[in-house]
Amino acid sequence: MSQFLPESILTFLPDFIQIIYLIATAFFIRGLKLLNSPATARRGNQYAAIGMLIGVVITLFDQQILSFEWIIAGVLIGGLIGAVLAKKVEMTAMPELVAVFNGFGGGASALVAWGEFTRTADPTLIPADGLITTGLSIFIGALTFTGSFVAFGKLKGFISGRAITFPGLNLINIGSMIGVLTLVGIFAFDPTNQTIFWIVLGVSLLIGITSVIPIGGADMPVVISLLNSYSGIAASMAGFVLNNNLLIVSGALVGAAGLILTQIMCKAMNRSLANVIFGSFGGNDGVGGSGPTVADGDKIVRETSPQDMAIQVSYADKVIIVPGYGLAVAQAQHVVKEVAEKLEAKGVTVKYGIHPVAGRMPGHMNVLLAEADVPYDQLYDMDQINPEFSTTDVVMVIGANDVVNPMARTDPGNPIYGMPILNVDEAKRTVIFKRSLSPGYAGIDNPLFYDEKNQMFFGDAKKSLQELSEALNEV
Amino acid sequence: MSSLIFSLFIFVLACFIGFELISKVPPTLHTPLMSGANAISGITIVGALIVAGSVGGQLAHIIGFLAIIFATINVVGGFMVTDRMLEMFKKKED
Repeated sequence: MSQFLPESILTFLPDFIQIIYLIATAFFIRGLKLLNSPATARRGNQYAAIGMLIGVVITLFDQQILSFEWIIAGVLIGGLIGAVLAKKVEMTAMPELVAVFNGFGGGASALVAWGEFTRTADPTLIPADGLITTGLSIFIGALTFTGSFVAFGKLKGFISGRAITFPGLNLINIGSMIGVLTLVGIFAFDPTNQTIFWIVLGVSLLIGITSVIPIGGADMPVVISLLNSYSGIAASMAGFVLNNNLLIVSGALVGAAGLILTQIMCKAMNRSLANVIFGSFGGNDGVGGSGPTVADGDKIVRETSPQDMAIQVSYADKVIIVPGYGLAVAQAQHVVKEVAEKLEAKGVTVKYGIHPVAGRMPGHMNVLLAEADVPYDQLYDMDQINPEFSTTDVVMVIGANDVVNPMARTDPGNPIYGMPILNVDEAKRTVIFKRSLSPGYAGIDNPLFYDEKNQMFFGDAKKSLQELSEALNEV
Repeated sequence: MSSLIFSLFIFVLACFIGFELISKVPPTLHTPLMSGANAISGITIVGALIVAGSVGGQLAHIIGFLAIIFATINVVGGFMVTDRMLEMFKKKED
């Protein structure tokens, strides 16, 4: 759009654009900061969106941009697809959607670097560092693209959620990465060699697939968070290619933020990042999985009824609800809120104890409960709620399993040993809402089922809670 | 100072800001944060605009066009869905 500006302004235009970029960056930083607290988070996201709008609009005045037909068509198509996806998605499908968006972001960065490279008539004129960052941008962007879509497929069930692997796959992956990086180096000295370029692109796409395939479905959120970090770095690399500070800074912000977030998630599962990436953990077929009340040997399971349960919770002083993904699958968020409200009307203190990895991605359960209008000040983090269990009369565990499994504290041989859990077994009584005695996602049996203080409420979470809600009317 | 070194300076400093900004986020907000940060990474749209709109061969335009579509999906979808999530976070009304 610089064509429409008078000559006298054009001299200052490049500097002016840079200053506006600085303002856009400030919006991003302020936005991320505001995302730290539930009260200001929405504003934070809006700040970031405004920053993006400012950055896009001012870029249209860049003197390199001469034609707009591709731009207008692209923004309309992409904007429409993005808006429809964002409006239609079910909150339970959030991990898949973030994976998809992330894949597109990474893909875009790879395309930007590739496009910029094709735009240059004589590649030998590009300095070596420009070629290296082009190669890196394509490498990281392409692997983020395919990796994100494999993660999407695993979450959606198109691709087996199991850890698909064979001996040596990790070595092959590491070898290919070193190979690609070496080729990027060679490419910097021989940019006219088309073969090297295509190998870098092709192998990077493959690495995205082969490095996510061996990771179990339960670890996908961590993978998505890591890929989110990658897509930031890919954007930053594209910024190096184009010598664009806005891209460099914003990409680096996201890269660093994504890495920290990944670290936080790993900590919540007591796993190292290396263990998630190379460990091929989870998604195994568990033993058991048999129907209700069938327990082996001397293990006795105590069942409860809606009426019995209603009396217990009505006369309790304090009830803690521990929701897991099973709650969301059954779409029982609204019913659980209804039950909680009835109990509060009876003078019972009700709190929700949320494990950091409850749901399908960290913080997912908070979103799902927020959707059901549960106020966020009733939701307590693991560290806040754990000291409270010993003074709690009844804990209702709904659709959660591994995150309340006491074996994580007691059995060093157990795969989940060391994972911080909600210590529900310290409460006077636990009630587990569950379809059957089958083990959880990690495929591990839970001794809590057979604890003498525990009762099982078998059935679909939503149906069970509805029965409980009705029974509460009669107490 | 060469432009590469200058860019590296900015890159590293921005990384430190990113670390500082995020390390205090409560678990409640992890999902919206991931999705919001992901939308910001769509900033690559700025690069896509330059590639699609400036002088270059037909191939560069097509690649740039694709890049714009991809990046816009990321940006528009990302910010909208994050807003949808955060809109639902409410304090207890009394």
